[in-house]
Amino acid sequence: MDTLVGITGKDFVITAFDSKAVASITLMKTGEDKSRELNSHALMLFSGEPGDGVHFSEYIERNIKLYGIRHGIELSPKAVASFARRELADSLRSRKPYAVNLLIAGYDVKTDKPSLYWIDHLASSVDVPFAAHGYGGYYCLSVLDRYHRQDITEEEGIKLMQKCIQEIRSRMIMSMPDFIAKIVNKDGIRLVQL
Amino acid sequence: MSRRYDARTTIFSPEGRLYQVEYAMEAISHASTALGILAKDGLVIAAEKKVASKLLDETKGGEKIYIINDNMICGVAGITSDANILINYVQTAAQQYLYTYNEDMPCEQLVQRLCDLKQGYTQYGGLRPFGVSFIYGGWDEHYGFQLYHSDPSGNYSGWKATCIGANTASAQGILRQEYKEDGVTLQEAKNLAIKVLIEFATLELVNGKVVRRMFNQTEIETLLKENNLLTKTEEAK
Repeated sequence: MDTLVGITGKDFVITAFDSKAVASITLMKTGEDKSRELNSHALMLFSGEPGDGVHFSEYIERNIKLYGIRHGIELSPKAVASFARRELADSLRSRKPYAVNLLIAGYDVKTDKPSLYWIDHLASSVDVPFAAHGYGGYYCLSVLDRYHRQDITEEEGIKLMQKCIQEIRSRMIMSMPDFIAKIVNKDGIRLVQL
Repeated sequence: MSRRYDARTTIFSPEGRLYQVEYAMEAISHASTALGILAKDGLVIAAEKKVASKLLDETKGGEKIYIINDNMICGVAGITSDANILINYVQTAAQQYLYTYNEDMPCEQLVQRLCDLKQGYTQYGGLRPFGVSFIYGGWDEHYGFQLYHSDPSGNYSGWKATCIGANTASAQGILRQEYKEDGVTLQEAKNLAIKVLIEFATLELVNGKVVRRMFNQTEIETLLKENNLLTKTEEAK
């Protein structure tokens, strides 16, 4: 089961996902990227049905990029999340819906605000200070409840994320060796070493 | 010679002109005037109210200024029934955008959508072009206050102050003379517009929210009084 975690801070959002590619009970590989950069300041993390996640996120990514090319302006994270939610909601009412859970982390350069959207496979969308998908959420949400503040800095954010992952590793029966973390802030999206 | 190329909208004349489109633009230059002025803190769109007959019931609101979105208003010159179709189309487009992105449609995109439709009628056969010009005024977070003008050919352009309809040349002259190089305030823009025209709407930001305002008869009269432009006979009423 995939785990996605996202935490907003004062001027950034930090996200992390486990990098396991699994088929049935077999671990196929590690180092799998479960995120896509939708535009310069919006990042989508996905979990769920493996093929669906890649297909859906790339479909959204390309539409968001097309919008940027066509109109010469970028969509805000709020607009990106609304668009993704709408596409998922429409697919939900089709013959073969996408079975994906999403986190959309973004930084709005117009208002200078970070935002995190939690979207599940039934296309509910919520703007939240921190969020998680998958079994890992059972362990790290309580940690976040205790330690999260709205005004944390990037260093504190990275520490908090490490704390969450530590909790997942020590409590979950599955092994969770590799997490990949990415930060979205005013300069864009970057990988961070946990 | 030109007669042979008049009948169809979509055929070029040997001189490379589209007569029907040019005639549509000609129709607009006889319609009553509408103007737009961009200010630093807002914008104003004004239109001329022609009293066709004493018997006409004027209690119904204006006919030349429309709201097309929460962040946009527009003034019309040309065939009103054609305009209604286009306004309806663009209002729907704006709501569809809101439905998809949960955000107001950026101004230029709205203008572009409408112009794409207008352009289609200069290229696909069998129908005449829309005989309407628009002045659009709007605000979005990308470019702030914006003023656009579009014509029946589907061309559009951005302006600081512009005018469509009859007497365009003289009105443009006044605007050019009175519009200051470093921009005007909304109040100055209103005062400038009221000198020329009577139907009125403004768009400004109040506490970060876009506020549209359509002026009714009494508000317009107050504005006229402020500018000492009320004629003796109107005051007597």
